[in-house]
Amino acid sequence: MAEAHPVGFQWVMEAKRRGAKVIHIDPRFTRTSAMADTFVPLRAGSDIALLGGLINYVLRGGHYFHEYVAAYTNAATIVDESYADTEDLDGVFSGFTGSGYDQSSWYYQGARINPAAGERDQWNDVFGSPDPDRAASEGESTPRAEPETDPSLTHPRCVFQILKRHFARYTPELVEQLCGIDRRRFHEVAEALVANSGRERTTAFAYAVGWTHHTVGVQYIRAASILQLLLGNIGRPGGGILALRGHASIQGSTDIPTLFDLLPGYIPMPQAHPNLSLDGFVATNAADKGYWGNIRDYVVSLLKAWWGEYATAENDFRFDHLPRLTGDHGSFRTVIDQIEGGVRGYFVIGENPAVGTANAHQQRMGLANLDWLVVRDLNMIETATFWKNGPEIDEGETTPSEIGTEVFFLPAAAHTEKDGTFTNTQRMLQWHHKAVEPTGDQRSDLWFFYHLGLRIKSKLAARRFERDARQRERDRPVLELTWDYPTEGEIAEPSADAVLREINGTDADGRALSSYTLLRSDGSTRSGCWIYCGVYAGEINRAARREPGERQSWVAPEWGWAWPANRRILYNRAAADPQGRPWSDRKAYVWWDAEQRRWTGHDVPDFDATKPPDYLPAADAHGPDALRGTDPFVMQGDGLGWLYAPAGLRDGPLPTHYEPQESPLRNTLHSTQRNPARQLYHRPENRYQPSGAEPGAEVFPYVFTTFRLTEHHTAGGMSRWLPHLAELAPAMFFELSPELAAERELVHLGWATVITARGAIEGRVLITQRIRPLRSNGRTLHQIGIPWHWGPNGLTTGDAANELLGVALDPTVHIMETKAGTCDIRPGSRPRGAELGTLLATYRARAGITEDTGTEDSPSAADARYPDVSDTDGGGDES
Amino acid sequence: MKARADRGAGAEGSDRSAGHETREPFRSYYGRPIIKEPTWKVPDVPAYLYLGGMAGASSVMGALAQLRGYSRLRRVGLLCAAGGSGASVLALIHDLGRPRRFLNMLRVFKPTSPLSVGSWILAPFSALSGAVAVSELTGFARPLARVVAGFAAVLAPAMTTYTAVLLADTAVPGWHETRRELPFVFAFSSVAAAGALGTGLAPRSEAAPARRMAVIGSLGELLASRVLEQRAGRIAEAYRTGRAGTTLRTARVLAAGCALGALFARRSGSVAVLVAASGTAASAATRYGVFEAGRETARDPYYTVVPQRQDGRSER
Amino acid sequence: MSPDGAAEHPLFGLARAAQPGGDVRTSASGPVDSPAGGNRLSGPLADPSAEAGYSERHPERMGFFTDTSVCIGCKACEVACKEWNLLEEDGLDLTGMSYDNTTELGATTWRHVAFVEQRIDPSTRARVDIGMPGMGAPSTTPEEGADSDATEVRWLMSSDVCKHCTHAACLDVCPTGALIRSEYGTVVVQDDVCNGCGYCVPACPYGVIDIHPDNGGAFKCTLCQDRLGSGLAPACATACPTESIQYGPLDQLRQRAEQRLEQLHEQGMTEARLYGQDPTDGVGGDGAFFLLLDEPEVYGLPPDPVVTTRDLPAMAAHAAIAAATAALTVAACFLGGRR
Repeated sequence: MAEAHPVGFQWVMEAKRRGAKVIHIDPRFTRTSAMADTFVPLRAGSDIALLGGLINYVLRGGHYFHEYVAAYTNAATIVDESYADTEDLDGVFSGFTGSGYDQSSWYYQGARINPAAGERDQWNDVFGSPDPDRAASEGESTPRAEPETDPSLTHPRCVFQILKRHFARYTPELVEQLCGIDRRRFHEVAEALVANSGRERTTAFAYAVGWTHHTVGVQYIRAASILQLLLGNIGRPGGGILALRGHASIQGSTDIPTLFDLLPGYIPMPQAHPNLSLDGFVATNAADKGYWGNIRDYVVSLLKAWWGEYATAENDFRFDHLPRLTGDHGSFRTVIDQIEGGVRGYFVIGENPAVGTANAHQQRMGLANLDWLVVRDLNMIETATFWKNGPEIDEGETTPSEIGTEVFFLPAAAHTEKDGTFTNTQRMLQWHHKAVEPTGDQRSDLWFFYHLGLRIKSKLAARRFERDARQRERDRPVLELTWDYPTEGEIAEPSADAVLREINGTDADGRALSSYTLLRSDGSTRSGCWIYCGVYAGEINRAARREPGERQSWVAPEWGWAWPANRRILYNRAAADPQGRPWSDRKAYVWWDAEQRRWTGHDVPDFDATKPPDYLPAADAHGPDALRGTDPFVMQGDGLGWLYAPAGLRDGPLPTHYEPQESPLRNTLHSTQRNPARQLYHRPENRYQPSGAEPGAEVFPYVFTTFRLTEHHTAGGMSRWLPHLAELAPAMFFELSPELAAERELVHLGWATVITARGAIEGRVLITQRIRPLRSNGRTLHQIGIPWHWGPNGLTTGDAANELLGVALDPTVHIMETKAGTCDIRPGSRPRGAELGTLLATYRARAGITEDTGTEDSPSAADARYPDVSDTDGGGDES
Repeated sequence: MKARADRGAGAEGSDRSAGHETREPFRSYYGRPIIKEPTWKVPDVPAYLYLGGMAGASSVMGALAQLRGYSRLRRVGLLCAAGGSGASVLALIHDLGRPRRFLNMLRVFKPTSPLSVGSWILAPFSALSGAVAVSELTGFARPLARVVAGFAAVLAPAMTTYTAVLLADTAVPGWHETRRELPFVFAFSSVAAAGALGTGLAPRSEAAPARRMAVIGSLGELLASRVLEQRAGRIAEAYRTGRAGTTLRTARVLAAGCALGALFARRSGSVAVLVAASGTAASAATRYGVFEAGRETARDPYYTVVPQRQDGRSER
Repeated sequence: MSPDGAAEHPLFGLARAAQPGGDVRTSASGPVDSPAGGNRLSGPLADPSAEAGYSERHPERMGFFTDTSVCIGCKACEVACKEWNLLEEDGLDLTGMSYDNTTELGATTWRHVAFVEQRIDPSTRARVDIGMPGMGAPSTTPEEGADSDATEVRWLMSSDVCKHCTHAACLDVCPTGALIRSEYGTVVVQDDVCNGCGYCVPACPYGVIDIHPDNGGAFKCTLCQDRLGSGLAPACATACPTESIQYGPLDQLRQRAEQRLEQLHEQGMTEARLYGQDPTDGVGGDGAFFLLLDEPEVYGLPPDPVVTTRDLPAMAAHAAIAAATAALTVAACFLGGRR
């Protein structure tokens, strides 16, 4: 965190100054480790084993926060009797079809629950009956289905007992074996966690892409969630799980998504079900209970914001103008479609996939097979120049004259040259003001899309009479789009303030709305993103507030604006006990004021402000009204924190340790080596390596993990061109231990070549005591740290780490595994020209790699399945 | 011996490498220097040091020759004073990062700056010596020139030693720790240099004082150098080894040769020329050797760390 | 920033330093806070600005306290400094010195973050010396039992800067008056006066100031003189995310540092020590001082620096005697006959 989020890390240092104990767990000793009280090195890709060990420690020792767990989590909920655990089925859950999971056996006993995130669409469940209309009309008047529970937590199929059984084998010994963490350190961490959780104290977890970039990335976060729920650290001050994002406003780009399968505010993109109407969409995606029960309000307000007067109740508010998903359109699938000739044009904006995305060679193959490519960036990045200086040109694989892609490079304005917001990891919007005018042809993204939209609209309008009926129908969503922002200045820059106001939303009279609870499904309100509703309350741009900390409370509500409703901590009802009293004076945050009969506190309560703690819903109540006075998790379909996820995940309701796609070790927990539901792409340019005990695995004996330096930004597009940053980290290098250097005759500052089945890259050797060999499963294991900031362009140049990586994805969010792989390393720089290909071929032959290698326990290709919720962290530019 | 990048990234410089077995172990930042090596250039600054000293001693020699009626020795002394000091000024200006701003040195007088004080010695001295030399060569205003030569000779002794303070008044251990002895080395070296030039350039019949200067100056330089090295403690290593050591050993051989030759130079013109050459070379080599020894002590953190660690503050 | 008079120098009776504007001034104003028995070239000095001739109303002495125990090595100080002061990039070399690719302070680097990787014994917090492999020496045996828990890694980071000494050798030896004492008690180069003689470079006991290779002038940290007048903190201190670099009145910083030291000692970090805060040290105390976690030389700092001009009177005396000796020697040579 000190390494990649130094500004945010100031608060960790502040906490440390006030007595907090800082523990850092990482394969590498980084700048964060240097500041931590305790550093725990572990094998890259083994975190679930460690977290599982901690969960087991907490459960076995009775260290969980009993009252919190009993009242606020689904510990008591009973799971369907057809459920079978990985502990029963040797590494797979019930419902495994060979190509993925049929999740019906994971449900609660007696109720289907729609998840708040993840895989949401439940078409088959809702419309399994032959009469969709009847199913869709269910809802308002019918009794709510409630799952069975056992408040004593003793029912063998209650979540609590399942959890205990599931993690029973995650002992300190197993942790030592799988993670390389000795028992002394494990106990130090476990005891610190327990000692700093409960009524009086809380513990926070902070993670970044080191947790998400795995074939089981979502389950990493799930494991941390389970631990934090057991310890009572969610919804309380000083608690939580903080996702440190990959770069500025990645949170914003999932809130107002750049992802193919989401609409603003985490509303799922409609699937191409037959005759899907707005009613059908709401029925398949709404929750019976909680605020997702009001999804119709959010969707209709969004449709009104987009199609204005054209959207009416009679025409389903133009629900049919929304595209329908017919399959995977994630960035990796899209690139494969490019290679296969199915994509003609491509916009690349603020990303640098030619070096910044896993299997960069595959990315460039896609780029080379387009008709046109638009690159908008601050600098002449590799994605705009791949056709003349990409590695394929040097290797003689292709020539510029063979690449037909017409590349348009458009210079972009930097954030200092435009108004707008950043939404940071704590969901806080902060406005930035333009400091200087962009020079030359540099334009903001807002300018580009606004004026592009105007031109497309005017072209379509001008040709209206030349077009046939089908074409006119296809043009309609664009022509009817509200597209009328005021512009200013010589370059006609659209007003970012007006865009923010549109996102906030307006009422029937055109006044800015103050809260998403005011949104209506009758077409009277508009809002471009329901969770952002309130950022412009009272016609004030609240993201632009900068009241200094000393002039307001310690929660600092007057600095920027956090969604939803300026709440700084989500689910903060959990900061009070079931009766509404603070768990302790020390940790008082939000509580029930019995005299005023209101929820009050330091933050905006994340709860219906007047709903008393003893409220019980009527049997036919739906949506928010169906939440009890003790259900803090108001977005969840049962109002509870999920120790067990009955829906939403494609690879299981509980986290299980699997080895990474490529690992030098055999999975000793069970015989299923890798996540059986992971998503793979079997392609010649994306070969996988053997793992564990498989023959050939010894050809790639070392673990590598990619990482970031403070000095550079992502794939380098914003830092390699800046002299003051380039000089601070001026060359691509590999971090490794003195022991590995001795084993492979590597010389400090000398050149070395790292090789995988996909590529070979060179870099300088940085021998450091910070990297230490681990003992894992009885063998000495060397890890190599590889920064991923370099590429052929800019002031400091070097090979890109993404040449090494294959594409193997988490099945739920389609994020690639970049944080744990295997490789070989040898001294000297890599071969040039065609010899590089020869080297790679030699390695593949030695390891016996075929198209089936590494695809065991996941017989089918990913394309067979159908994703609908996307990357946790903004996709391609992340590595 | 530089640790720098030839170790792992975690390496702290801990000097135990070859050639320094007698050294105490010490710690450093990757073996990098702590103080900055002087940016002064070679040959500018060693030449400046030598020329100024030679000019100062020559001036005194010329003035005394004038008093005692050695007209040819006077001429040699006064011309060497003028030539040496003029060239010294040029070497100084050439060494400046911004030569056009040379006159900024004369903008202020700063007693805490040996270079300021030195400039205020060098500037009038070279001006006066230059004027005297013009008169000497043209015969213009000769009586006045004799008085002026006297004034120059009053400034002249300072010319032989201010450069020693100039070097010593730095954080360079090789110069600062030898601050008491350096002025004497430079003074005697200057006398020897002037004497050697007088021996070689003046007719043998007039050169007796110059020969004595060459002998006494050279012996004095040898003695002062020896005392310097003996008192220098750890720093002496820099004077005895490397390029500085070689240069200073050569200087000593040349100085001894100069002294020996001067004893016989009355009889042979060619010996006199050899004396001039060896004396000049010895004096210049001494300056260069001292300069190099100082640079070595700036480059090697040993000379900064160990003395500061092991000697009490008051001792230094 | 113009002082109303320069103090009389006790040694020479002349102005000690040329002041901005360039004219040599003398003044009748009495000595300010001179330590008993000491000369003003060294020793404690409460108010260097007053010593330099600023009026009573000059601002407090400002400085930096760099607490290296909270430095995260982000180098934001280096970048902020270069950005504000328009210093150019000065080399794209990978040094192999941990994450330090800056290596040292210089004419175009006024902040430098040092990185030191150590192996320590966690119980005693003492450093463990391990043989790291040398260049081309793969046979060097790795540490025995590397995967044992006997040792822990410690990574020290420290942002170095000009110390703005109470007695600044660079200022003392500058022959042109280009280096001056500011009203804030800092030491600043006036670029339009500097003639590039380079004397300040070897005079600095910390190796801070240097000559710019292209334009020949001497450059170093100004404590952002051009920000202080507007009430802004220096760029580096503003950019520092963890308050490792603290800017403020020196007296306050010294108090704060003492408290921080006490706190760390209570927490068992007995290796913490202050560096440069002592007004009785060889340079009269630094205007920019540090809290370090190891010996100063480990960070590239001199263990016990002394302002060279402390010894100037003695050096002048020795030079005078040597000059007289030279004159007398020459004179003696003229006493004998013409043979």
